[in-house]
Amino acid sequence: MVPGDPVEVMLGESARPADREALRMALGLDQPILSQLWSYLKGLLHFDLGYSLHSKQPIADLLLQRLPATLELTGAALLIAVVIALPLGVMAALYKGKAQDDAAMLFSLVGISIPNFWLGPMLILLFSLGLGWAPVSGRDAPGALILPAITLGTALAAILARMIRSTLLEVLHEDYIRTAQAKGLSRHAVIWRHALGNAWLPIITLLGLQLGALLGGAVITETIFDWPGLGSLLVESIQKRDYPVVQGCVLLISIAYVVVNTLTDLIYGWVDPRIRLGKI
Amino acid sequence: MMGFRLAITVLLLWALMALFGPLLPLSPNQIELSQILTPPSSSELLGYDDLGRPLLDRLVAGARISFMVAFGVVLVAGSFGITIGLLAGYFGGLFDLITMRIIDIFLAFPGILLAIALAGVMGPGIDNLVIALSLVGWVGYARLARSQVLSLKQRDHVTAAIALGTSELTIVSRHLLPLIAAPLIIEATFGIAGMVIAEAGLSFLGLGVQPPEASWGSMIRDGARYMLVAPHMVMVPGLAIMLVVFSLNLLGDRLRDRLDIRSRHIS
Repeated sequence: MVPGDPVEVMLGESARPADREALRMALGLDQPILSQLWSYLKGLLHFDLGYSLHSKQPIADLLLQRLPATLELTGAALLIAVVIALPLGVMAALYKGKAQDDAAMLFSLVGISIPNFWLGPMLILLFSLGLGWAPVSGRDAPGALILPAITLGTALAAILARMIRSTLLEVLHEDYIRTAQAKGLSRHAVIWRHALGNAWLPIITLLGLQLGALLGGAVITETIFDWPGLGSLLVESIQKRDYPVVQGCVLLISIAYVVVNTLTDLIYGWVDPRIRLGKI
Repeated sequence: MMGFRLAITVLLLWALMALFGPLLPLSPNQIELSQILTPPSSSELLGYDDLGRPLLDRLVAGARISFMVAFGVVLVAGSFGITIGLLAGYFGGLFDLITMRIIDIFLAFPGILLAIALAGVMGPGIDNLVIALSLVGWVGYARLARSQVLSLKQRDHVTAAIALGTSELTIVSRHLLPLIAAPLIIEATFGIAGMVIAEAGLSFLGLGVQPPEASWGSMIRDGARYMLVAPHMVMVPGLAIMLVVFSLNLLGDRLRDRLDIRSRHIS
């Protein structure tokens, strides 16, 4: 069914047929596909994801080893995205139709269009090889996080900046903003407290939904920078035809995605008192 | 306006390279040992890669791959997704319920991650790439078509058509589909942009076209190793991808401004 027999990868092409059969049986690959699935699902119930075909280590251990690096990278990318997008989106909304708005929206369009597998090498070329400010790859050297996080966070920053702009533009015409201005609040307070207060909900929704793109992007970013996370483990395992590990990576990343999206739903009530549960 | 003209020019060039590239006397896989890593110049055009292959020829060959994959996936995923979404939205009931649960399952996975895993498991190659991306991509179109139909099917003209005894197939295809075409075309424009990046990304990871065939993504991967001595190997395909995706996004924005009434009062 699947091209690339793991047994062949493990033993090499010159292995004797008897040895191959023995290994196939030891791995349970001679069982019908449904019974293989059943034993996999049974294992999942007690966090037994099986063993790597390649390194023979338990997959759960492999995943746990790599998880912190991915969390660190996506967390940093998320932070960078918000830090860039917030001032940019606010500026674009306040100066709508003016040069500042055009510049911010141009940045946003470029940011959405630039593929991370190109941005990464370009950043390495400029800041690592050219200026020597950051390490080329790995996670150990100080400052190693910066370039991968920018690579991963830029597209999200661009999308977020656009959304903050359009949300603010909608809100700025509402009566309560005029009231806030009329009672003499500073421009700063009106924007950051009153207008953005209403923008948090769509921002959080977007961040939750975009987390999927971020986790997918992490696969490529980690490969570029040799970042020892789940994404690079996934790509390594695909190359080695280590399917149980591929399965484990996809499963864990997807669970993380679903958990975060559930959390975003719960955060709604906390951010916006109007939709707090139990008051419907 | 100038940006828009540039975008149209880039997209036309992309389409021309893709459609007529094979007719040109190009040799994207021809190795010239004496030209290894030659930088771009007026006589060498875009320069040569690490094996001495002309980058301009490879760029044109890569344009064809990205064009075919992007349009192929959007066509397959779009027509399948829209059909499913239309039917689920119009008929509702058990079919709708089952469709929505299937969509929920797909949405539980980050799209590109699922595509990477599928392409990895199915093995590299352009066919599998299109299958993997289509399997992941139809969900968005189905959801959009369904939600649009749900709000439109209560309209008077649909009720009138039902009262006149028009067949359900005609109602869906003639009375509903044209009304939801605008948002779907906008979605497809951004979809093509996304697929250009996805194809290049998967090829970058080694899951797309196989050597010696050229794809913009695999060209970046090849070039990344020679960045210090031959940065043009990464620059050329990267700029191509960026220009095409930028142009598609700009076009999508324009279409949205013109076709989508709801966003008009905002921007």
